[in-house]
Amino acid sequence: MKERIQTRTKRSLQIVAGIILLASMGFAGYFYIQSHEQIIEPDVPSQIVVDPSKVQGRATAEVGYRSPFEKPKKLISTTSARTPLQDLYGTITPADLHFERHHAGIPEIDPEQHELLIHGLLAKPIRLTLADLKRYPSVSRICFIECSGNFRYGKREMTPQEVCGLTSQSEWTGVLLSTILKDLGVKSSAKWFLAEGADGALMARSVPLEEALPEAIIAYGQNGEAIRPQQGYPMRLVIPGFEGNTQIKWLRRIELTDKPVMTREETSKYTEKIKDGKIRMFSLVMDARSIITYPAYPKTIEKGWQEIRGIAWSGRGKVKQVLVSTDNGVHWNEAHIQGPVLEKAHTAFRFMWNWDGKPTRILSKVIDETGYVQPTYNELVEARESKGGYHFNPIVGWDIDKNGSAYLAKVEDIN
Amino acid sequence: MQGNILTSLYAFGLMFLSSFFLARCSFNKEETVEIDSLHAYHTSWDDGLEDYRKTWPGRFDMGKPADAKFIAKWDIDVRPDGKGLPKEGAGTVKSGAVLYQAKCAACHGVNGYEGPYDKLVTDSTGKNTIGNYWPYASTIFDYVRRAMPFNAPGSLTDQEVYDITAYLLYSNEIIKADDVINSETLPQIEMPALKRYVIDDRKGGQEIR
Repeated sequence: MKERIQTRTKRSLQIVAGIILLASMGFAGYFYIQSHEQIIEPDVPSQIVVDPSKVQGRATAEVGYRSPFEKPKKLISTTSARTPLQDLYGTITPADLHFERHHAGIPEIDPEQHELLIHGLLAKPIRLTLADLKRYPSVSRICFIECSGNFRYGKREMTPQEVCGLTSQSEWTGVLLSTILKDLGVKSSAKWFLAEGADGALMARSVPLEEALPEAIIAYGQNGEAIRPQQGYPMRLVIPGFEGNTQIKWLRRIELTDKPVMTREETSKYTEKIKDGKIRMFSLVMDARSIITYPAYPKTIEKGWQEIRGIAWSGRGKVKQVLVSTDNGVHWNEAHIQGPVLEKAHTAFRFMWNWDGKPTRILSKVIDETGYVQPTYNELVEARESKGGYHFNPIVGWDIDKNGSAYLAKVEDIN
Repeated sequence: MQGNILTSLYAFGLMFLSSFFLARCSFNKEETVEIDSLHAYHTSWDDGLEDYRKTWPGRFDMGKPADAKFIAKWDIDVRPDGKGLPKEGAGTVKSGAVLYQAKCAACHGVNGYEGPYDKLVTDSTGKNTIGNYWPYASTIFDYVRRAMPFNAPGSLTDQEVYDITAYLLYSNEIIKADDVINSETLPQIEMPALKRYVIDDRKGGQEIR
């Protein structure tokens, strides 16, 4: 009896082993075919793999698309999305790759329901719809928008996107704020205005009237199309050169005031600790900045000629000069800057470099038209007695190792 | 003769009264700014704009006038001098403590410093809080009414916002347990951090600050 049970157990064990063996063979075969198939037929549309000159291409489509070989992506967190600076060419950011920073998500706004109220220290308060706004004489302007909290560091494996991807550039179209205010009888006591969004945070910032007025635009167009929801559809404030947070998206109210309102965003946030225990507020203009976007982590270069590429910008006007060093700051060479150079705009710079294959460090620094020279991290730390925070714009660069791989240079070591 | 004197007295009287009236008018009517004078044409984006402007009508008359009722509905900002604070309502620490636990503690911690989100109450870490970093007490009212609680922004009544403001000021040891926060008392509160604040005065150039 006991023996029979043992035999039965033995037989069932044999059956189980057989099943396992067969199953594993099946799996192995499946994976073999899979991997083999991938080698023979890559997972891309066949028109691209075969000779494209021997087949009909795709039909036209109402909306275009990127090549399936190109996959630039924003790097996202719950409240922000960073522009892939290392994947872009020239200076315009595609609208769907423009950086984002919001305080209560992206509202979905029906433009028919949306209104802009302009009131406060003026004789004639008004309500404007998007259609009203579009009837005013319009302007276009290419400029960057940068978040003032746009510097990250701390490890070697960081891309330009991770270091300072909260800056993007578009052509904005809309109405000059001065065009609208002209009619409204602005009182001489009006020195500031509060701009407020229609999002869940009712994001609000106070802006000095005289400084913003020459260039402030209430924009409804971005790179030729309507502003995207992420960028403030149907209308936003654009103040070239000012910190991103003041350029209120989903704009619904402008109130002229005598003094700043002192909202949370201009007191507890967007202020920075500086020397002697002070806290600086209303640091509204973005300081000059540059970054090499090629070669940069995670790229690897070959020995020989390279074009070092990057962008430089200043909230105070035009980029005057960009200097590039390929020997860790021992020598600085003037980079070619792409004209026409625009005020308060990302400006492309280029420098041809013959890499000899030895490990080195490449750096860039910008000088703007006011004579401001982009500082080193150590200079900023010393001047402010602070190791970061808003408006931190130090020189950054890349260590090229013997294999040609680029890694973010330690900012503390750049002099 | 007497008639002449009376007439001139009458004339002087009229002149005096009318000049007084005119003076009053000009005192009441504040001067307006010529916006064009503030618009400096200084970037290449302004090329030709000055000439283009000459072809514009004197007025655009776009949109529609905003009446006081509409403005009142949207005009929610509260300023350091108390402008914008509701006259109705007075906040107490006791009511604020109850509301805080129900509406705020999940994000900011039961004591206001445990997180997971922004620290509101000063603790030993020295991280920025209302007590050690915020320069104006009015900002608490403005922000809480504007944007909080995170899961239902703008859902608090003015009374609730007063209560929560009182509680947050008390938790940061700025007011006492039985102090009341209303449109009179809130603007009088001096925040400890105010004296540390300076306004940016950098204008470019070679200096690094």
